[in-house]
Amino acid sequence: MSAPGDEPLLRVEDLHVEFPTEDGVVHAVDGVTYQVRRGRTLGIVGESGSGKTVSSLTTLGLTRTQGARVSGRIMFDGRDLVTLSDQQLRAVRGNEVAMIFQDPLSSLHPLFRVGSQLVEAIRAHRHVSKAAARGRAVELLGLVGIPDPQRRVHEYPHEFSGGMRQRAMIAMALANEPKLLIADEPTTALDVTVQAQILALLQRLQRELGMAIVIITHDLGVVAEMADDIAVMYAGRIVETASAKALFDGPEHPYTWGLLKSIPRLSGAREEQLVPIPGAPPSLIHRPSGCHFHPRCPYAQPDHARIDPRLQPVADEPSHHVACLLDDAVRRRLWAELRNGATPEQARASVGLPAPDLESAQAPA
Amino acid sequence: MTRYIVRRLLWGVVVLVVVLALLFVLFRILPTADPAKLRAGRLQNPKIIAEIRHDLGLDKPLPAQFWIYLKGIVLHFNLGYSYYSNAPVTELIFNRLPATISLVLGGAVVWLFAGLSVGIISARRAGSKLDRAAMGTALVLVSAPEYWLGLLALFFFASDIGKVRIFPGAGSYVGLTAEPAKWFTSLIMPWLVVAAGTAAIYARLIRGSLIETMGEDYIRTARAKGLSERRVVLRHGLRAAINPIVTVLGVDIAVLLGSSILVETVFDVPGIGRLNYVAITHSDFPIVQGTVLFASMFVIVANIVVDIAYAFLDPRVRYS
Repeated sequence: MSAPGDEPLLRVEDLHVEFPTEDGVVHAVDGVTYQVRRGRTLGIVGESGSGKTVSSLTTLGLTRTQGARVSGRIMFDGRDLVTLSDQQLRAVRGNEVAMIFQDPLSSLHPLFRVGSQLVEAIRAHRHVSKAAARGRAVELLGLVGIPDPQRRVHEYPHEFSGGMRQRAMIAMALANEPKLLIADEPTTALDVTVQAQILALLQRLQRELGMAIVIITHDLGVVAEMADDIAVMYAGRIVETASAKALFDGPEHPYTWGLLKSIPRLSGAREEQLVPIPGAPPSLIHRPSGCHFHPRCPYAQPDHARIDPRLQPVADEPSHHVACLLDDAVRRRLWAELRNGATPEQARASVGLPAPDLESAQAPA
Repeated sequence: MTRYIVRRLLWGVVVLVVVLALLFVLFRILPTADPAKLRAGRLQNPKIIAEIRHDLGLDKPLPAQFWIYLKGIVLHFNLGYSYYSNAPVTELIFNRLPATISLVLGGAVVWLFAGLSVGIISARRAGSKLDRAAMGTALVLVSAPEYWLGLLALFFFASDIGKVRIFPGAGSYVGLTAEPAKWFTSLIMPWLVVAAGTAAIYARLIRGSLIETMGEDYIRTARAKGLSERRVVLRHGLRAAINPIVTVLGVDIAVLLGSSILVETVFDVPGIGRLNYVAITHSDFPIVQGTVLFASMFVIVANIVVDIAYAFLDPRVRYS
């Protein structure tokens, strides 16, 4: 047996989550594998509908009520959460693993006082008196930086500002000192200045409480700020995973390049063009054949519509994995061009790749 | 809040006066049987009729009649006297109120309980056979006329004429204070019948409202906290889903207090509805006016109570 410190806190292995619907089976999560180390932060990045939220909700068993079919393993602290009964899972939720959501206003119950929602979270897992739980609720609100917690504990969510609501959500999630906090787009619904405060708060709490964090976002700026490791998801799969440093230094997947090139950088030249990723995320019912990204990939080759790439280690970087059919050397030359400000077309030309077949780029097979 | 309530109450008074005026005009201008003639009975001679007319104040001009009537209500809470028995209308109504209140409040308990239980179960199993059966039954109950359900109930279960003689039949009502046990058993069938349609509506209402609520983000939060599914549904879900029910509950009770004519007639429960029904068939205007006035008052008060209740049910609602 390895020492508990070596074993990751959360290890998701080959997770599949499917939702049967009238239109067909939605393959929301398709063979995802990742791990979260104790006290560290994993950033999961992707567009809407890439499966990042579903995979996290599944960790907590929250997709069970929606009729999801789940397979694979979710090893958390030595237990497989997929195989736990509803009751066993309930003891984990809100206790060892807690979650905060995108929109704090709709995520807090509008008809209960903030304090009573906190008290409920505490008493769901601990046998303490209401008075003791109330004292702890005040303490928690103070911990997340809500001024005058004694008074605000009696207020309703609509009396809080957006940032304060998210702080209250965080306080609720921390009620039982979880080992893992899953933050699903925690700053997306907030003002930019408030976003920074919330991220700083999460970092401070992580240092103080030593919990691991999974942060789900479409915002690479957020993961750059927060994450130790990053997983990039596309169409229900992880297409690239690496340490944050490795990913920002040498991204390997064309989709990751697209994400990086479509956000403005303060350090970049002013005339630098933002390059959006063409097209829209694919349907998760009728997914593209081969590499799921090939219809939108500027570097796709004919056989990419047939061959399904596996997540494989990158040359010289054993902890950096990518699922791409392009040759390692070609990819590195492409990124070098792109980093120097080339458009995808220019990069492709200078590397000598033929343009993708437009027909297959139009319609998913 | 206080100002809001006072303003609503004042408006309520205005509405009541308008209702009274309309009724007054309606019964005196529209062609109808002349109460004086009806009261004269077989002594149809003009002199007697004129005398009766004078006694009843019907020979005064209409505005004067209305003024006298209004004055009586405001100063003495006097709603006039029955054309037939000369009994004060206020007294008649108060004598009949307990039966109607027993019927309606008991019915409300039944329809709330049945509607909520069926609605919650249906919402939790939406689309299942059980849900479809429940909603099908609800449709039938909503469509079925009360008097028909009442007659069916009597036909099958009345202890005097029924096929299976279980419950006391029509005319068995006694006051609560007189014989509590008999009061209860005599009202079982009327309660079920008066509740059937409303329970069905409530079941559908709760079902829809709860299904919608269970899709809210805060339900996901409640689950993420590790609460039991029972607590998630009954505390977090139902608490939010129940608000629309409260709105209709107040008004439904109020409306029935003034208009449970059919059920009271079928089961011969001596309530306001029955009183009103008999008065209408005899052109006994003061009683009709009195009962309708009461009915309007119930509805107005219920609406205000519902609005106030809403402020307590939903902290986001503020009146100014």
